Amino acid sequence: MSQKIDLDQRRFRKIIRGKIKDNLRKYISNGEMVARKGKDTVSIPLPSVDIPRFKHGGKQQGGVGQGDGEVGDSLGKDGEEQPGGPGEAGDKPGEHALEVDVSLEELAEILGEELALPRIEPKGSEKITSHKDRYTGIRTTGPESLKHFRRTYKEALKRQVSTGTYSKKNPIVIPIKDDKRFRSWKSEPLPQSSAVIIYMMDVSGSMGDEQKEIVRIESFWLDTWLRSQYKGIESRYIIHDAMAREVDRDTFFSTRESGGTMISSAYKLCAKIMEDEYPSDEYNIYPFHFSDGDNWSVDDTVACVDILNNQILPNSNQFSYGQVESPYGSGQFIKDLEEHFADTENLVTSEIKGKDAIMDSIKDFLGQGK
Amino acid sequence: MSLHKPLPVHLQDMQQEIEVHAKDYGLDFFPILYEVLDYKTMNEVAAYGGFPTRYPHWRFGMDYEKLSKSYEYGMSKIYEMVINTNPSYAYLLEGNSLVDQKLVMAHVCGHVDFFKNNYYFSKTNRKMIDGMANHASTVRRHMRAQGQSVVEDFIDVCLSIENLIDPMSLFIARDPKPGSGEPEEAQETPRIPAKGYMEEYINPPEFMEAQRQKLADEQKKQKKFPVEPARDVLKFLLEAAPLADWERDCLEVIRNEAYYYAPQAMTKIMNEGWATYWHSKILTSKALKGSEVVDYADACAGVLATSPGRLNPYKLGVELLRHIEMRWDRGQFGQEWEECDSMAVKASWDRRLGLGRDKIFEVRKLYNDITFIDEYFTLDFCIDQKFYSFGYNERASSWEIMSRDFEKVKKQLLDSLTNRGQPVIRVDNGNFKNTGELLLRHDHEGVDLDMNHAKDTLQNLFKVWKRPVSIFTIVEEKGKLLRHGSDGYSESAADASTLD
Repeated sequence: MSQKIDLDQRRFRKIIRGKIKDNLRKYISNGEMVARKGKDTVSIPLPSVDIPRFKHGGKQQGGVGQGDGEVGDSLGKDGEEQPGGPGEAGDKPGEHALEVDVSLEELAEILGEELALPRIEPKGSEKITSHKDRYTGIRTTGPESLKHFRRTYKEALKRQVSTGTYSKKNPIVIPIKDDKRFRSWKSEPLPQSSAVIIYMMDVSGSMGDEQKEIVRIESFWLDTWLRSQYKGIESRYIIHDAMAREVDRDTFFSTRESGGTMISSAYKLCAKIMEDEYPSDEYNIYPFHFSDGDNWSVDDTVACVDILNNQILPNSNQFSYGQVESPYGSGQFIKDLEEHFADTENLVTSEIKGKDAIMDSIKDFLGQGK
Repeated sequence: MSLHKPLPVHLQDMQQEIEVHAKDYGLDFFPILYEVLDYKTMNEVAAYGGFPTRYPHWRFGMDYEKLSKSYEYGMSKIYEMVINTNPSYAYLLEGNSLVDQKLVMAHVCGHVDFFKNNYYFSKTNRKMIDGMANHASTVRRHMRAQGQSVVEDFIDVCLSIENLIDPMSLFIARDPKPGSGEPEEAQETPRIPAKGYMEEYINPPEFMEAQRQKLADEQKKQKKFPVEPARDVLKFLLEAAPLADWERDCLEVIRNEAYYYAPQAMTKIMNEGWATYWHSKILTSKALKGSEVVDYADACAGVLATSPGRLNPYKLGVELLRHIEMRWDRGQFGQEWEECDSMAVKASWDRRLGLGRDKIFEVRKLYNDITFIDEYFTLDFCIDQKFYSFGYNERASSWEIMSRDFEKVKKQLLDSLTNRGQPVIRVDNGNFKNTGELLLRHDHEGVDLDMNHAKDTLQNLFKVWKRPVSIFTIVEEKGKLLRHGSDGYSESAADASTLD
């Protein structure tokens, strides 16, 4: 039954959507959402949805409570739920900063609308299929709980008629074991495109906490968008200084090493993973690399260009390089890439000067629709 | 929703049984129509404030989402809802155990008795189901003509000021009808009659000058607009703000509903206490089967649970009523009792008057939360029930127990109930600076306004008054004038006495 409240709820969701859209840059910059991510949803604090009223400021007010405790005992820290006074125990829900849950899908949609991101056209989508099981089949064996009563009865009837044991005067039909039919599944092919995101990050000494935070926020949004575009998507994480190694997600964002930077080491590992595990005719591949742009030597940069040209670029949908500004980095690498790949369509570079620039950088990376 | 489905037979029987007990005890209630709702519909009706027929507005959707979420996470569950109409509609949650339903029914009898008999509900519209439906159709009509967003935005504005009403005005004449006083004539300066030669001594020039000044002040006051500061800001706006017809209709709808709900906020503690008293009385002495006792106790304990920093109106209400009943049963009142200062005598004081039941019936008829607490919240009760006041400790940045001192606790309790916990705000001048600006005044009682909210609310008032709006308040012990005009928001230091 469609309820009347649904209309009001839809209005509410629409207002929220508008607010999120209006404040998207702010939300993206301060990275609050990243910390509030649940499995499929993100909860977003929206103080401005509340209707303003003349009311007492909280802290001076205090209230009355009941129970044990000495004068001076703490009832709860600030930031925890504020104790409510009797005035609030009214017929209306208490006043808390409103937090709304928004599904990642919806968030991606808002991001797409706000940044005018083109939908990605997956390659190779016709070749790749996955299988989905659906209960449309019938089998002669199975658990009693899945017994198909009508089919079983029919079989029994057929058998009894053909063997002459059926009598119109006494139409009792008794199924035997061979008559039994059970519901069963059939596998149906389901066209699907698979994708993989390979994140690479420079964790050398010159990448500080702030730089990493930027990468973390940015990768959250890239993830959110790409996930909305592909059904099955995998993520791989590579960190590197002078050496590269594959790590899990948590390590990726928390590791800090010292030492030099050899970007080619990461590209080599990336190329190896791609070659071993993700055939390019089956996968949409998105390598992202974040660094402060300080490479060890010119020779190594040449090696990077070589790997990109021969191994990574031909097999990727798009290679993205994000350069995070750092007080220690020379920032040379982005210039080198731009010089070598000026005409290459599936290599995108973006300079991220600070948290405020994250949104523009996302647009750089995803604006191509590849 | 509007169709009344018959209650399942076993619940009908239960209702009949409970109501017979309730009537035997002297409860006097409107007919009650129960409806069993699944939790979704229950949350929907709750979001609509008990009425399925409200005007469309997004905040109902917001409340619904909050309720649904906390239900789904198992944090809260609405057991029961009852609305103040005649006949009264009450809702039961589908799937509750029979003990729960029994408890709810007895509880509802208490509420409806309270609605019917408490003085502060005497002016409420008992046909509010129709009232709400009419409001909804008014709003819908304007939405069709003006566009949904336009009207919804204006309703947001109205809701932002819906607490600026004066529920007490229904019971007292605050401003006598204009023209009812003495007709204004060209007044002579009043003087004491005296023979000509005594004139100079009896009415000396200084005295005459003072008299003239007094008259002038009086006349100046008469010219003031409004004559007396208006507590019912909404009414003032309806009368004096330059509103389009549809805007006036919307504001009137909001005001009307605010007045309808106000008595419930004014009697929350008493009302819940009264209902709790009766469900407990009816169930434990009459309607409970032996096998149901444990489940009942479990449910009841949940209702009466207290947690730090939170006042449970059910608990406070029922304990205070029981305390009153005990005192009047034993004759612990009157001059003799007040003057007795021997604890030992007081402890064993029992005159066997048995007036308790009659007394609490009288209390439920005549009191609201403030007068109830003011009169009956005694030292003994405060200590016995372990009440404390709490406040915010800046240094530790935490909420702490501040005091167990009776006077302080009681003052804090009364303060937080005054004006339904809302700041007292009046219209001071509708022609501020003689340029048609609106000046409001916040009667500061020791607690500052929430400044962010105040700022946004002023902006909304500006949309209604359509001329600059200011409010005089006190921020951190200094007088301040907050103003919102066509050039936006501003703050300035101000002195209460010089505002005109």
